[in-house]
Amino acid sequence: MSVLIYLIPVALLMGGAGLALFFWAMRDGQFEDLDGSANRILIDDEEGEDA
Amino acid sequence: MNAPAVIDTAAAAPLTDTRLTVPGMRCAGCIAKIERGLNALEGVFQARVNFSAKRVAVRHGPSLDEDDLVEALRHLGFEAQAVAADPLVRDGKETRALLRALAVAGFGMMNIMLLSVSVWSGAGGVTRELFHWLSAIIALPVVAYAGRPFFASAAMALRYRRTNMDVPISIGVLLATGLSLYETVTGGQHAYFDGAVMLLFFLLAGRALDAAMRGRTRAGIGALLGRMGRSAGVVQPDGSIRRVAADSLEPGMLMLVAAGEALAADGVLEDVAAATIDNAMLTGESLPEQVAVGADIHAGAINLMRPIRVRVTRTGSDTAIAEIARLMDEAGQSRNRYVRIADRASRLYAPAVHALAALAFIGWMIAGAGWHQSLVIAIAVLIITCPCAMGLAVPAAQVVASGALIRQGLLVKDGSALERLAGVDIALFDKTGTLTLGEMRADTGGLSDEQKAAALSLAQASRHPLSIGLAKSLMAEGIVPAAVTDIREMEGVGISGRIGMREIALERPQAGGDGPQVQLRVGEDAALIRFADRLRPDAPAALARLRSLGVGASMVSGDSAAAVARMSEHLGIPGEGEVAPAGKLGALATLKAAGHRLLMVGDGLNDGPALAAAYASIAPGTASDASQQAADAVFIGERLMPVALAVQVARRTMAIVRQNFGFAIGYNILAVPLALAGMVTPLIAAVAMSLSSLVVVGNSLRLARAARDHRA
Repeated sequence: MSVLIYLIPVALLMGGAGLALFFWAMRDGQFEDLDGSANRILIDDEEGEDA
Repeated sequence: MNAPAVIDTAAAAPLTDTRLTVPGMRCAGCIAKIERGLNALEGVFQARVNFSAKRVAVRHGPSLDEDDLVEALRHLGFEAQAVAADPLVRDGKETRALLRALAVAGFGMMNIMLLSVSVWSGAGGVTRELFHWLSAIIALPVVAYAGRPFFASAAMALRYRRTNMDVPISIGVLLATGLSLYETVTGGQHAYFDGAVMLLFFLLAGRALDAAMRGRTRAGIGALLGRMGRSAGVVQPDGSIRRVAADSLEPGMLMLVAAGEALAADGVLEDVAAATIDNAMLTGESLPEQVAVGADIHAGAINLMRPIRVRVTRTGSDTAIAEIARLMDEAGQSRNRYVRIADRASRLYAPAVHALAALAFIGWMIAGAGWHQSLVIAIAVLIITCPCAMGLAVPAAQVVASGALIRQGLLVKDGSALERLAGVDIALFDKTGTLTLGEMRADTGGLSDEQKAAALSLAQASRHPLSIGLAKSLMAEGIVPAAVTDIREMEGVGISGRIGMREIALERPQAGGDGPQVQLRVGEDAALIRFADRLRPDAPAALARLRSLGVGASMVSGDSAAAVARMSEHLGIPGEGEVAPAGKLGALATLKAAGHRLLMVGDGLNDGPALAAAYASIAPGTASDASQQAADAVFIGERLMPVALAVQVARRTMAIVRQNFGFAIGYNILAVPLALAGMVTPLIAAVAMSLSSLVVVGNSLRLARAARDHRA
């Protein structure tokens, strides 16, 4: 059972890292424009568009 | 990118942020067109499209203002309007706070479950004590953070001596946490940290869904009375012009209204000749109106041609537009009394749960179980009856349904709107702009490409409704405007210019024909362009769909009786013409008195009071701001079918909501006796809670297909 001494902190750290990542993503505006991001990959580069 | 140059100008002048709503963007091409077009403008530092919210945020220098940006977007082929940033930011904050709380609760729930599973599977002695302590260390901050929305709402309700759904939730969570802490300290058998945190997680999921739904649709809706002029140029005794804010105007002042400017107050035209104004905001009528000298002009009307002088008669809250706003406000009061189904349920539910838990405690005390065991049982009752499935039953279904409707071009403002849409049994339509497209579309079939290019370049330079309609039709065909010089607009005659040496003009034709038309002259050649306000292409089909749902339709309009009669014969629905805003309210009251639940569909500001007073209401995306504000839902695009779909999907949603409630109540009927008997362990509570929530969410997801299945 002594392995728990490592495993539990590891589990908590990984969960905490996920939580921190989510908070960062939200503050960074990653969820602001979900549909827009899906559409932007279809936009050609500057030269590609005919005027 | 010429970044260095841009940074130079940025350093020299302060930058402003302007947000514009652009409802017309539909594809990746639109994003590219808008961003490139705006970024190419002189003075624009950065333009960024938010496609989900249909908004553009522009960072620009002082050389540009809102009107310039709207004008630039119009040239790119998009209708746009500036929006105030504040209310949207606040909405976003609420959703974000709930999402953060949800993430924290999810993190806590997973880790505590991990520990609890090993306790349930038989961990004992020191290991169990260690795990309980670990759970406590995780649970306390999680409950404190993730529980705040509920604690705050419960405290608010208690302060006003009322009770709501959040009161039993808060009591349950706090008691469970407190007792678990006691158990942990004294080395007891059971801790309820997992139940408390899981409860918060599922409830927060429901709240976050509810908030996301409200935030998503509010983004497209502008501010009330945004189109009324904010200031006016007032002629001083010495002949000079001074800008005066709309609320400092006084009757008797003489306003000089520039071409394209909206009037900031009601007044009388005091000038040498008649003027042409666009009164669409007030009447919904799309053709420009001739106003004789001495006639009344209302605030919100737009002066289309040369500058005019208007003597102010009424200002601010006395204007006709403010009067309509007041009517709308009063009419909306009755709707605020509508109680949402979830609130009706909780009004009965919360006291029942409190009473039940208290009875369990007292009953077991009398039976001699000791205060500790009695309290554990009372908490089990509170937790198991805590409305996880109840809390999810309504928002889950409504969010899925509104998502499905958005893909069909209909934005529903909130859950209560969806509930009321389901209940309608008769529909009242406005004509212009609702059954019809509400704008003059040009028939450009007979024109050559050269003529089209010339016509577009002239039409873009004018604010006349026919020019705007012509420019729209031509831009939709992908025509590129020709380079024109010497553009001159003459009131009552037309607009002219030259390409190279050739004279071109858009002018009033000599011979009057049927309906509005314009003569295009390029050099010596002349061509006639006809305009018509077309019926929405699928209007008959949409009305038939409504009829099949048992919703009869009729038409009321401020337009001439003859035009309304023609339309009503064509569509096969009864119609009434020349109806004033108060008359529409009267028609509504008659139907209401007859026991009907009325769906009002209209766009003009004159429909505003009726939209606010009706049981449920829908406005097209081209409607005036005030009407969009008053309506429960807004449909976008040229199709009328979203209106019929809204009723259909709303009814389906309510059926699912009822199933969800039925399930949640059935679950309680099974679980509560077990809890009262003291047979519910934390394991059973946790499994029952997750299972019931999952069933409710799964059932709601069936709605995603509802709008698609019923499409054509």
